[in-house]
Amino acid sequence: MKTLLTIAWRNVWRNRLRSSIVIASIVLGIWSGLFIMAMTLGLNEQRMNSAINTYLSHIQVHDAGFQENFDKMDTISQSSTLVHQLDTMGQVKAFSKRLVLQGMASTARGNYGVKIMGVFPGQEQKVTNISQKLEEGTYLYKLKRNPILIGKKLADKLGAKINSKIVLNFQDAANNTIATSFRVEGIFKSVNSMFDEGTVFVKYPDVASLAGFNGEIHEVAILCNNINQTETVKQRIRTSNLVESWDELAPELGYAQKTMGNFIYIFMGIILLALAFGIVNTMLMAVLERKRELGMLLCVGMNKKKVFAMIILETLFLVIIATPLGISLAGGTISYFGMHGIDLSVVAKGLESLGIGAKVFTRLPLPMYWDITLMTLAVALLAAIVPARRALKLNPAEAVKAL
Amino acid sequence: MNKASAIKKEVMNIIQTDSLFKIYNEGKGNEVRALNGVSLSVEEGEFTAIVGPSGSGKSTLLNIVGGLDKPNSGKVTLNNIDISGLKENELINFRLNNIGFVFQAYNLIPVLNAKENVGFIMLLQHAADSEIHERVETLLEAVGLEKQALKRPNQMSGGQQQRVAVARALASKPKFVLADEPTANLDSKSTSDLLDIMENLNKMEGTTFLFSTHDQRVIDRAHRIITLEDGKIISDTKEK
Repeated sequence: MKTLLTIAWRNVWRNRLRSSIVIASIVLGIWSGLFIMAMTLGLNEQRMNSAINTYLSHIQVHDAGFQENFDKMDTISQSSTLVHQLDTMGQVKAFSKRLVLQGMASTARGNYGVKIMGVFPGQEQKVTNISQKLEEGTYLYKLKRNPILIGKKLADKLGAKINSKIVLNFQDAANNTIATSFRVEGIFKSVNSMFDEGTVFVKYPDVASLAGFNGEIHEVAILCNNINQTETVKQRIRTSNLVESWDELAPELGYAQKTMGNFIYIFMGIILLALAFGIVNTMLMAVLERKRELGMLLCVGMNKKKVFAMIILETLFLVIIATPLGISLAGGTISYFGMHGIDLSVVAKGLESLGIGAKVFTRLPLPMYWDITLMTLAVALLAAIVPARRALKLNPAEAVKAL
Repeated sequence: MNKASAIKKEVMNIIQTDSLFKIYNEGKGNEVRALNGVSLSVEEGEFTAIVGPSGSGKSTLLNIVGGLDKPNSGKVTLNNIDISGLKENELINFRLNNIGFVFQAYNLIPVLNAKENVGFIMLLQHAADSEIHERVETLLEAVGLEKQALKRPNQMSGGQQQRVAVARALASKPKFVLADEPTANLDSKSTSDLLDIMENLNKMEGTTFLFSTHDQRVIDRAHRIITLEDGKIISDTKEK
């Protein structure tokens, strides 16, 4: 075996240029594949995180009928019991009670349909990150009467500025239409322009008293200590209301997250398949160039298993050199752009409409590096079989005389 | 001839072929009868040349004797073993342990140095490192290349490479060595040196040599000359 390893290793370096080109192509293939995977995964994760941090949170509780029709009368039953439960759960980081009404925001410039979120600023601040996304103004604590937070996009459409008046129209509990003016206290800009355009935040007491609600809520948004605790917390909540996790509330996000993993492997498989053809081609050339030598080995008594193993080893050596290089290069760039981000501000508008920021932070879980290493080795092994089988088909008597 | 002497004679025949026929493209328009009933016996320790014009069947005969090709009919007995009954892997093992090969184009392993090339076959036989080391030293000295031991084939002349090839062929102490046109690519001086070495090894180690050649310088040094023409032996001369 030692001799086989020695010969195979030295054979790799017989044609340094060719071997280097193969190694470089494998390195680039692995690097580009992993980097694109990390970018895609980063994009998806950012989209998911931005949704969770901006409005979704990890879990939401509603009355069973609320999500179907957004009927203002479908309030959460026994909300105080629910709140008490959440207060005592160690895995719950924070939660926010919300009154959710459909309405219209108007200024002299125009009217736009909005979702009015009546919140307790102290609670909401702990669950969503809108308070950190303020471009102008403050977060519902400065103005005493009817302050409102609106998104930048809506502000632009309504021509509203800080301290501008906005009239909110909505129906109260008795189906009377209410029109009340609010004053803009803050303008936020999240990474999701559709959210910014269609959501406004007001204080719960302000909107509840106008709408005729007294302590009733439509929604409780719950943030766990980390996303992995979502399912556990969800299972522990005992209520007759509907409890849904973020991936049930926004199935497209959950689905994207789940399918992304498979997609990544398929994508990498395609890259590796292309590399496999390169390896087959190179190793076939190496075998055909060495017909005479391989014929001699078969003549003098090297059995076919050893000849086969030698060619497989040569291919594996190329991959064993290239794979750590490719993975290290990918690991380095992924970790660099994971910290500093890739500036995609040229396509920022498009990304914002998808709920993604203009900077993409690459991320690839460690097990994926390991999986890709195994995939590369497996593909190389398969690719090596073709030239190795070709070597076995040589007729030693003819091969020793081959030119 | 009594029974005892017949057995003795059979034991001494290291190579024996009986009515070998080798026909290429049999039954087609371009049929070639490379061997046409060749029967020969080579005794242990002989230094034999097979001569004849191109296409006379020399290489085909050596390939069949070396177990690299199969005859259409006839029998090959090497060291008292009928090799036609051996399976492929058994044949490879048989070659490894019984036959040394010297090729016209040397066919050394380019990535190994002279020492490693000579010891290579012993490694395939799983010989001990110390045994390999000792045997390689002896053989490289015998072929006059002890100072070139660490050189790779591309750093040696054709003559030197062929001497390494001879040393390699003998490393595993084979029962016989088959050499196909071993001097075809060598100049006069290298040919003469190589023949000296082969003859010495034949005497010192008692190794049987069977080689095909066109080269008159080789023919002059052979102890037995078998002449082939159109796949048949037309003469078999032993030196007195």
